[in-house]
Amino acid sequence: MGNVILDVTDVSKSFGGLQALSNINLRVEEGTVHAIIGPNGAGKSTFLNVIVGRLAPSRGRVLLGDQVLTGKQPHEINQLGVARVFQTPEIFPDLTLLQNIMIPAFAKRDGQFSFGIFKSLFAERGIREEAEHILEDVGLIADRNKVAGSMSRGDKRRLELAMCLIQDPKLFLLDEPTAGMSRHDTNSTIELLQRIKERGMTKIIIEHDMHVVFSLADRISVLAQGAIIAEGTPEEVRNDPKVKEAYLGGETL
Amino acid sequence: MDAIFLQILNGLDKGGAYALIALGLTLVFGTLGVVNFAHGAIFMVGAFCAVTMEKILTISAKVKDPSVTFFDAYKETPYLELWFGKTGSAIIDWVVPISIIVSIPVMLGLGILMERTLIRYFYKRSHAEQILVTFGLAIVLQELVKTFFGANPIPISAPDIVAGSAAIGSWIGLSDAVVYPWWRLIYLLFSVVIISGVFSFLNFTTYGMVVRAGMADRETVELLGIDIERRFTIVFGLAAVVAGLAGVMYTPILPPDYHQGMDFLVLSFVVVVVGGMGSLRGAVAAGFLLGILQSFSSMTEVKSIIPGIDQIIIYLVAVIILLTRPRGLMGRRGVMEN
Amino acid sequence: MSNTQIATPRQELLYMVVLSAVVLTMPLWLQPFGAAYPDLMQKFMIFGIFAIGYNILFGLTGYLSFGHAAFLGVGSYTAVWSFKLLSMNVVPAIIFATLLAGLFAWLIGFVSLRRSGIYFSILTLAFAQMSYNLAYSVLTPITNGETGLQLNQADPRVIDRMAGIEATSGLPNTNLFGLEGTGYTGFYICAIILIVAFFISMRIFHSPFGMKLRAIKSNQTRMSYTGYNTRPYLLTAFIISGMYAGLAGSLLAMTDPLAGAERMQWTASGEVVLMTIFGGAGTLIGPLLGTGIIKYLENIFSAFNDSVLHNMFSFLPDWLNDILTAIISPFVGEGWQLLLGIVFMLIVIFLPGGLMEGYGKISRMIRDRRQKPADDGSSDTQHSTGEV
Repeated sequence: MGNVILDVTDVSKSFGGLQALSNINLRVEEGTVHAIIGPNGAGKSTFLNVIVGRLAPSRGRVLLGDQVLTGKQPHEINQLGVARVFQTPEIFPDLTLLQNIMIPAFAKRDGQFSFGIFKSLFAERGIREEAEHILEDVGLIADRNKVAGSMSRGDKRRLELAMCLIQDPKLFLLDEPTAGMSRHDTNSTIELLQRIKERGMTKIIIEHDMHVVFSLADRISVLAQGAIIAEGTPEEVRNDPKVKEAYLGGETL
Repeated sequence: MDAIFLQILNGLDKGGAYALIALGLTLVFGTLGVVNFAHGAIFMVGAFCAVTMEKILTISAKVKDPSVTFFDAYKETPYLELWFGKTGSAIIDWVVPISIIVSIPVMLGLGILMERTLIRYFYKRSHAEQILVTFGLAIVLQELVKTFFGANPIPISAPDIVAGSAAIGSWIGLSDAVVYPWWRLIYLLFSVVIISGVFSFLNFTTYGMVVRAGMADRETVELLGIDIERRFTIVFGLAAVVAGLAGVMYTPILPPDYHQGMDFLVLSFVVVVVGGMGSLRGAVAAGFLLGILQSFSSMTEVKSIIPGIDQIIIYLVAVIILLTRPRGLMGRRGVMEN
Repeated sequence: MSNTQIATPRQELLYMVVLSAVVLTMPLWLQPFGAAYPDLMQKFMIFGIFAIGYNILFGLTGYLSFGHAAFLGVGSYTAVWSFKLLSMNVVPAIIFATLLAGLFAWLIGFVSLRRSGIYFSILTLAFAQMSYNLAYSVLTPITNGETGLQLNQADPRVIDRMAGIEATSGLPNTNLFGLEGTGYTGFYICAIILIVAFFISMRIFHSPFGMKLRAIKSNQTRMSYTGYNTRPYLLTAFIISGMYAGLAGSLLAMTDPLAGAERMQWTASGEVVLMTIFGGAGTLIGPLLGTGIIKYLENIFSAFNDSVLHNMFSFLPDWLNDILTAIISPFVGEGWQLLLGIVFMLIVIFLPGGLMEGYGKISRMIRDRRQKPADDGSSDTQHSTGEV
């Protein structure tokens, strides 16, 4: 058994009277890919939002290694090593691809705030080369001087992945990384994610596309109505009758 | 007690003006999603409708003055008086009420014109750009008015019949010293009537309900096959009428000048923010509230404790509200956040 | 001049050389335009500094402040007080004005930056109006109210007196170690400060810090999930731009040692917004260009009146002359603001990126036409920010 990198204990979240998450317990081992699946409205995105600090849990505690994440701001949680991609890519549409990658690289190197108004961007050769390297990895190097907002959705997604990868996070959260993508783009994203997997980075993936889930995940948790109803290897989850029931045949596993 | 009552009254008529402008700002913001910095200028244009009306009514002829006999003296007499005698003078005397009727179609037309030719192209653009273009429009409107009417305030008087003050104190058992100008009382009533009118329009007519539905969820309303955009145009016109009427009615209280709009605009924006962006009720409540607060803070007793408070009270309240209750007093969740 | 590329030191050097040459030779090349007199050129410089500073906030972060005139006012008052109490030398005046404006900006920014978007604009507006109203009322002992703060022969001028400099007759002049703060020397003092101010702004634009500010403008959500605490960045930008405004205010006081509260009104803040946008917010040169053009046109058009117009069109038949004069006269002289308002609206409607965007569009069009006539148009960079 490897080290537990993410330790979620008894996390609940309610909005007014609505219980979005109830008593979630989850341990994610270092270097594994953990998928969270479940029908719409099961609380998957809420769960991610609790981890990254967008929402404060009503109860419970989230640990990253031995650091407490609960109650911290999103930027502090990122500085501790948690990166996230969103359902709709959150990039810097007005900056070039290269600049899009350099920004997170600076955050990793200089922390949440660094004054340096007289430093020259031009002199930051190291960061630039690193950024170009990552762009090459995700196949966007040819467009490095294009404005990110003008790229296709698939390219924006890959850009966002690259922005997270350059920070080399301890924990990488992916919220439906293939949502709304064409088959072709989905496949190239899977391929990209598989390559990342080989680097041994811990990942949590939320995904609807079972093809994606089963080709990447080491373990799967099934969330329904704010609670985890099943957890295990892909094989175990596939054969769990409770999971089939939760999906009501909506998707074939 | 008397002083307090008087201050409340004083605050209410000013608050009425704030509330009327803020109501229009909120309506436009809530329906069209446009931050309209030209709204104060519309108020000012309304005031100058009254000025224009007065100019038209008092177009005069030079007539020989019969009271002067030993040389030829002339005096300017309005045609209206020449033609209709006493009735004519009465019409001139009633210039403000007449302007109200005239300004309704004028302001409606101006509002619709503004929306169709300019504002609608800014629905999808950033709030900063909306602010900037309407700021430019406000400059243009006020400079146009300055070109035609000059830079000095132009006094307009209310009809003679309401020129004096109401002995309001004796009505309700306070001292006789509590008197209040009739016109300000009328202004207060007028703003209450207009505000209730707008609310009933939005709440009790089908047309208004569709508009409110559109404020809440534009897409769904459009899916129902309703041409919401045309209704929003009308709403913009309506907001212009409300602001314009507020301007017309305010002329006897404060002689209008060309930059009056800007002064009121800043205050009304503060009112909107305090009330809560997108909340009509909030805008009205905050308008009256801030009017009263302002009038209390200009009491000498208060000023001797905190000098200068009357100059900044409204802004101070706005700062405090924005920092402690970002959505204002009655703001809806999700409006103008992010 | 593209913002999307990373500038090389050689390019930076080139900008500085060209800008310095253009600015310092102004008295020569402005001759044919009839604008080479010191008062006007000083204005170009001073408002140029104001706009450069404003651009660091608005151009880079997109935060639209309507309160920057307050910092200009603070700078002016501080400078005049420094002239009165310490010395007619502009060095202490400039230093104190810049620092105090920075302090004010820190206070106002600290509060205002707790909100963004239109709320931020209104908070800055509220603070500016408060300063303006206070300057006219309770702060009269400091600001001298409506009359404005002026020099007086009996002022203490402690440092000057210690150095044995005594005003002989009339009011003393501002100076920089003996160089007069008015006239041509005044212009050159302003010009050199402008060049330094531009250099600093250029370094900020080309630093990682500047890029992060642009990133905040582009997508603040992503910034915080990328590990940045955005508030100190915004506050720094706000303070820097406030200090620029204070600096400009002190230079205004240097060229004309009189400080009035009307400089603090929010319409004065509107003017700097206008100059920045007119030239092109977020570009290096844009604000300078906008300031120059607006101040130049203001100077020309506000001097026009009906008789000047009549003379201008005197070659035309009388009736045509009258009509033209009648049409144009509302837009000149007193009516210059009207023209400005219209031009400003046109810019925001058609060229929200200002003149620099127009320049970019035209040069791209020419380049495209020259290169390949049948391009697929993939170089189009128009896009929406895609923010919710």
